[in-house]
Amino acid sequence: MVTESDIEHIAELADIGISKDEVPEFTTQFNAILDYFDVLDAVEGESAPAAGITNVFREDEPRPCLSQEEALANAGSTEDGFIKAPRVM
Amino acid sequence: MAGSLDFTPDDRCNAFITTCREAPFSDGALAGVAVAVKDNISTAGIQTTCGSRILEGYIPPYDAHVVELLRKEGAAIVGKTNMDEFGMGTTTETSAFGPTRNPADPSRVPGGSSGGSAAAVAAGLVPMALGTDTGGSIRCPAAFCGIVGLKPTYGRVSRYGLIAYANSLEQIGPMARTVEDVSRLMSAIARYDPRDSTMLDKPYDHRPSADIAGLRVGVPEEYFGEGVDPRVAETVRNAIGVLEDLGATTVPVSIPGMRYALAAYYVICTSEASSNLARFDGVRYGPAVDTRKSWHEAYQDLRLELFGPEVRRRIMLGTFALSAGYAGRYYAKAQVARRNIRQDFERAFREVDIIAGPTMPTVAFRLGEKTDPLSMYLSDILTVPANLAGIPAISVPCGRVDGLPVGLQLMGREFEDERVVDAAYAYEQGVKA
Repeated sequence: MVTESDIEHIAELADIGISKDEVPEFTTQFNAILDYFDVLDAVEGESAPAAGITNVFREDEPRPCLSQEEALANAGSTEDGFIKAPRVM
Repeated sequence: MAGSLDFTPDDRCNAFITTCREAPFSDGALAGVAVAVKDNISTAGIQTTCGSRILEGYIPPYDAHVVELLRKEGAAIVGKTNMDEFGMGTTTETSAFGPTRNPADPSRVPGGSSGGSAAAVAAGLVPMALGTDTGGSIRCPAAFCGIVGLKPTYGRVSRYGLIAYANSLEQIGPMARTVEDVSRLMSAIARYDPRDSTMLDKPYDHRPSADIAGLRVGVPEEYFGEGVDPRVAETVRNAIGVLEDLGATTVPVSIPGMRYALAAYYVICTSEASSNLARFDGVRYGPAVDTRKSWHEAYQDLRLELFGPEVRRRIMLGTFALSAGYAGRYYAKAQVARRNIRQDFERAFREVDIIAGPTMPTVAFRLGEKTDPLSMYLSDILTVPANLAGIPAISVPCGRVDGLPVGLQLMGREFEDERVVDAAYAYEQGVKA
């Protein structure tokens, strides 16, 4: 059972903004869905890595890629050939 | 033969988000064939939105591998089709660009999430379209709109350039009015690409054959159980009878892990979505964030404004399912359930060559009918097992209930896409004759 404050906390963790009036509805929906997920409690067995499957790597060597211009083409704000982001600190 | 196609469709169903008035094409196996592409597949120079405001105006600087292949085969890319936002939905109603309507009945949904692709084909606007299928998103709209749709084996078609939502489950696949056209489109897109590291080099070069004498068809009781409209079940049983008339034998089989399939699917896909959608921060693409705000504030405000409720709900569910203290209860258990279902199919496929059942438990819903998320999720019960197991599955039209199309779903062993195509082709030719 998750509470309204849990929902606000999860939204914060996920960096998903949530408005005050959405919280009760999301909480109700979450609880209905999580109740349904409870069926998984009855699943038997342990999680084990699949047999015969390996990671696929390639050599770390330079290859053709997007130009700086192409890489910046969709950015909302740029400055001096860089992508401009909000301050982190 | 190279040239340009003039494409100005009468799009009454809202099947397209973007259309290309002049679509150039070259020589090749699909020379001049109009192909519509779902809007989560990258197309160089053509807006690609994933049905979301957060990507409105995004113009990819490169083509997805499947689009490169289509262009090489001469296809004309005529537009980008409507879809549930980021592929999250079963009706195409979660699109930020308005819902698509079902050409068979405009008061009904086309299914989802590849509803735009299915409607574009069903309305006759294009002969072929690409969709993507994470939990049934090709097969569901194919069934609801009365066309053919194939979810290939996982790893048979490159996902390079597909904007990822739940990448351990999703596949790009062909949609068309006939099995033969689905097979032609599949031949064009199933070519090895080293840029998708989950891909196997097993190109599809196949012409459908209607000879299915001796084919063993498994019929799982779980596919005809609670929640399946009895009239849909009966229509599908009659279709399986047609396969028997054509020389197939039917064998009862069981997929006991089905009871956990839907919960496992939703835990896994929301978990993957919570990670995959973290990149949509309005910094590298999409509408600009307000850089005067702090990072978290700017990020949260933008995502609240530009992601729809279903996308935000799934990101939050995934974040919760992966959080410390719950990951063992949800994510780890879902992976065990997934392995069990895979083993159920492996066991069944020792007895039979293909498995048959309905694609969807009901016919198309009315627009606005499904309002709570759980009831929408429950309608995916018959399609998600194939995604969890990674096996190929096709939906082929097999009749109508209340005037609305019903889909017969045929699933096969891993990398036996050819066999499900043949079985669907045999059925289609059998009822036509």
